[in-house]
Amino acid sequence: MHIVVCIKQIPDPEMAPSQFRIDEEAKTAIPWPGSSLVLSPFDEQAVEAALRIRDALGEAKITLICLGSEQARVAIKAGLSLGADEGVLLSDPAFEGGDGTTTALVLARAIGKLAPFDLILSGRQAADTDAGVVGCGLAELLSVAAVTFAKDVRIEDGRARVVRALADGTETVEAALPAVVTVSHELGPPRHASLRETMRAARKPVDAWTAADLGLQPSEVGQAGARRVVERQYVPTNDTACEFVEGATAQEQAAALIERLREADIL
Amino acid sequence: MTDRTGIVVLVECEDGTPLPLATELLGLARSLARGIGGAVTAIALGSGIAGAGDTLVAHGADRVYLADDPIFTPYRADAWMAALVETLRDLAPIAVLVGHGDIGADLAPRLAVRLETAAVTNCISVTAEDGGLQFTRPCYGGKVHEVVSLKTAPAIVTLRAKSHEPATPDEGRQGEVTVLSLDIDPASIRVRIVERRREIDAGQRLDTARIVVSGGRGLDGAEGFHNAGNLAQALGGALGASRVACDLGWCPPSRQIGLSGRTVAPDLYLALGISGAAQHMSGCAGAKIIVAVNTDPDAPIFKYCRFGVVGDCKVLAGALIDAIKNSEG
Repeated sequence: MHIVVCIKQIPDPEMAPSQFRIDEEAKTAIPWPGSSLVLSPFDEQAVEAALRIRDALGEAKITLICLGSEQARVAIKAGLSLGADEGVLLSDPAFEGGDGTTTALVLARAIGKLAPFDLILSGRQAADTDAGVVGCGLAELLSVAAVTFAKDVRIEDGRARVVRALADGTETVEAALPAVVTVSHELGPPRHASLRETMRAARKPVDAWTAADLGLQPSEVGQAGARRVVERQYVPTNDTACEFVEGATAQEQAAALIERLREADIL
Repeated sequence: MTDRTGIVVLVECEDGTPLPLATELLGLARSLARGIGGAVTAIALGSGIAGAGDTLVAHGADRVYLADDPIFTPYRADAWMAALVETLRDLAPIAVLVGHGDIGADLAPRLAVRLETAAVTNCISVTAEDGGLQFTRPCYGGKVHEVVSLKTAPAIVTLRAKSHEPATPDEGRQGEVTVLSLDIDPASIRVRIVERRREIDAGQRLDTARIVVSGGRGLDGAEGFHNAGNLAQALGGALGASRVACDLGWCPPSRQIGLSGRTVAPDLYLALGISGAAQHMSGCAGAKIIVAVNTDPDAPIFKYCRFGVVGDCKVLAGALIDAIKNSEG
């Protein structure tokens, strides 16, 4: 069993809105310098899903692939410390300024190079762009089935059995392998890195591949290949003034609040 | 690309009827068509949906295609793709609009690859600028908004529920309704549905709820959540929770709102005992009005609120239920 997990390094999503500033010239939001970079939470849960499958089967090779700069090696190391076996960094100046289309293309080529593979996992979306287009896009490029929003992933009789978390409940599906599965937060929290795995992670192999290694032309990737143009980014203003509803007792407060909400046509 | 014209709306149906979101999408499609010209085409997929055509025309579709076959219900990506890819190639629209739900979020990126274009997901607004379309969407968990455009067409656009006003129906509108005859090979469907469990009634779905009552650490346990659930019910809304409350097992993770959970955009978001950490506010910043109950008058959540109550949310939950009953007489 060979499981490939696609991971992304992102600015720490716990950071406060005030820590973003807008580059007026480029009209893009940039986190303050020095703010930390972390493994995207949904991707961390995708690594956890892979580890649970390995725990259940007794054996599986887990390869992490990450498109990013040299700094993204830290995210790969974080995943290796959780227990993944190998990592591949996809890094090339030509990849910069890409979008979901170019990311899916680069990952699909890298996964092709890692063949044979049985299962490809990723988070349901990266917690910075919040786009959620790479998982299914990747599956289309690889011509394999994709199952989204998994809260449980198992391998049974050589097939993927996935419980999907939907808005009104759950859906259990089966798909032949190889398949892409995107993981949602309902999977539950990932395990913590153990000291033993963290020590071992330092010796695990991490390859680095460029566009040329993947047979990709600079015109197909990064800003040149992107189909999406960011016109501008801004921090939405929040100039709400809170009106505190008074009352001597909880009953009075409650009655006053309900009245305000009726006046405001909310109720 | 220059001979592309019009807007397509993909319509999901339940029990033969288009979901309410379809009327929001049609309202948006009509306003875009006014800006860039062309017709509005609705494509509805489902089973027993023959009656949906007139409704969709009344809500603004110039043309309706009905893909009426049990193979489309429940949604399976391979079946929908088989119906849509060729149809959309033939129609050559400028944009394809679909709701950002379980179906739209799954379908849009696939369509984008097959139609050699791109998907813009979870949009809150679409505008026609100089003949082109611009899409506004939250990113970084709603802390930043971005305006994007595409170099390719059609734009495959998913829209957040309640981001647009529903179109007002006009029973007198004329439109053409065509039943698509599609022959989809069941063997081409690679994913088999073993079981589907509906755990939440339509009225309690977080993504489309008009009112969300959400609880955090201040509710102090599963019992507090039970009361919050009763309040949600009294208001006709859905129940949500903070990450802490889910991690503590007071509420199932499917109710979690925030950056590492679900995103909601109700008319009213009533937060009980939630302090207002950035990661939580990411999930509810799109609400029209936020109201919080918290014992701490300096809790960060009040900065986002239209109304606030300083007090014990466990007591207030019960008092609010009584107040609703009293005010209804």
